[in-house]
Amino acid sequence: MPYLDTLSAKFAGAFTTSAFRDNARVLVSAERAPTVIFPLLKCLKDECGFDFLVELGGIDYLGYEGAADRFCVVYGLTNLATGERVWVKAFANDPDPELPSVVELWRGAEWMEREVYDMYGVRFAGHPDLRRILMPSEYTAHPLRKDYPLRGHGERHNFPTVTRAES
Amino acid sequence: MALTNLLPDFLIAPLDYLANMARKHSLWPMPFATACCGIELMATASSRYDVARFGSEAMRFSPRQCDVMIVAGRVAMKMVPVMQRIWLQMPEPKWCISMGACASSGGVFDTYAVVQGIDRFIPVDVYVPGCPPRPEQLIRSIIDLQEKIQRTGTIDGREFASRTAYEGPTALARELGAEEAIVAPGDYNTATRMRPLPVVN
Repeated sequence: MPYLDTLSAKFAGAFTTSAFRDNARVLVSAERAPTVIFPLLKCLKDECGFDFLVELGGIDYLGYEGAADRFCVVYGLTNLATGERVWVKAFANDPDPELPSVVELWRGAEWMEREVYDMYGVRFAGHPDLRRILMPSEYTAHPLRKDYPLRGHGERHNFPTVTRAES
Repeated sequence: MALTNLLPDFLIAPLDYLANMARKHSLWPMPFATACCGIELMATASSRYDVARFGSEAMRFSPRQCDVMIVAGRVAMKMVPVMQRIWLQMPEPKWCISMGACASSGGVFDTYAVVQGIDRFIPVDVYVPGCPPRPEQLIRSIIDLQEKIQRTGTIDGREFASRTAYEGPTALARELGAEEAIVAPGDYNTATRMRPLPVVN
């Protein structure tokens, strides 16, 4: 995998790799992610040909066996010329999980970063319009966090009732 | 033989009766279809089941022109203010049919985003069980609603004015507190609706 040589030359020690079947991953820990992840993705895009952001998602590793950091943002990249894929995982931690935004590299990341912010509360520094995208704007929680109860905190029933006489 | 020969020359009836008879045979539905029940609602309106036989074929997508709101499908918490607004925009007299398990009780979607029955927020006249209900069931609910209108309706809508209280499921449900553990789906002894806990208004 030639992109690993390029990455090793520029970001030696900043990342680790793992693989599952044909699924190659580049992992950046929470200490290094805020400074490293943006140049690393830019290098993958500009120098290694991974020009297409397939997916951007979030994971909450709370209570996960062997997990060192809590939040993870997964970037799925594809090289459209060769069809090669790589998954880059950047980690972040409480109390203020924050990562740099990649909207500058891929405009399509804008809504996906808003979704990760909405569901996990990971903030993206430099995002042009970081608002909630799925939940109502007055919602205060981040519902896909593992410590958020399945039935919520009663938000779903916090609405006024319309009786028949007043309607 | 002309049909007029079969009818009496005059009819003595309360005005309520005449108004109810006129109203119940031209219930224009407002299809508030948010999920798969909406597909059955469309099937009900189409030629095979033909709800036009009961006077409800005129689906209007403007609440200003409708008499009965058919809530078909799960209602997410983000949709509740929209649903209430549409309900309030409908002119009197108006009725509401809660179609399917999700609209009536939340169905299988007992999560933070789905309300557990629209009757918590707007008044409901007829509930239709099923997931989704068959078109025959929806037609049955329209017939039931017609019967309800004929029996309880008044020409000036007096029967609505007395319904000032909340009509939702107070005696049924108690929300899980935020600190309580999530109960695995399928554990019917401790699921939300079945808990023997104090009722909260």
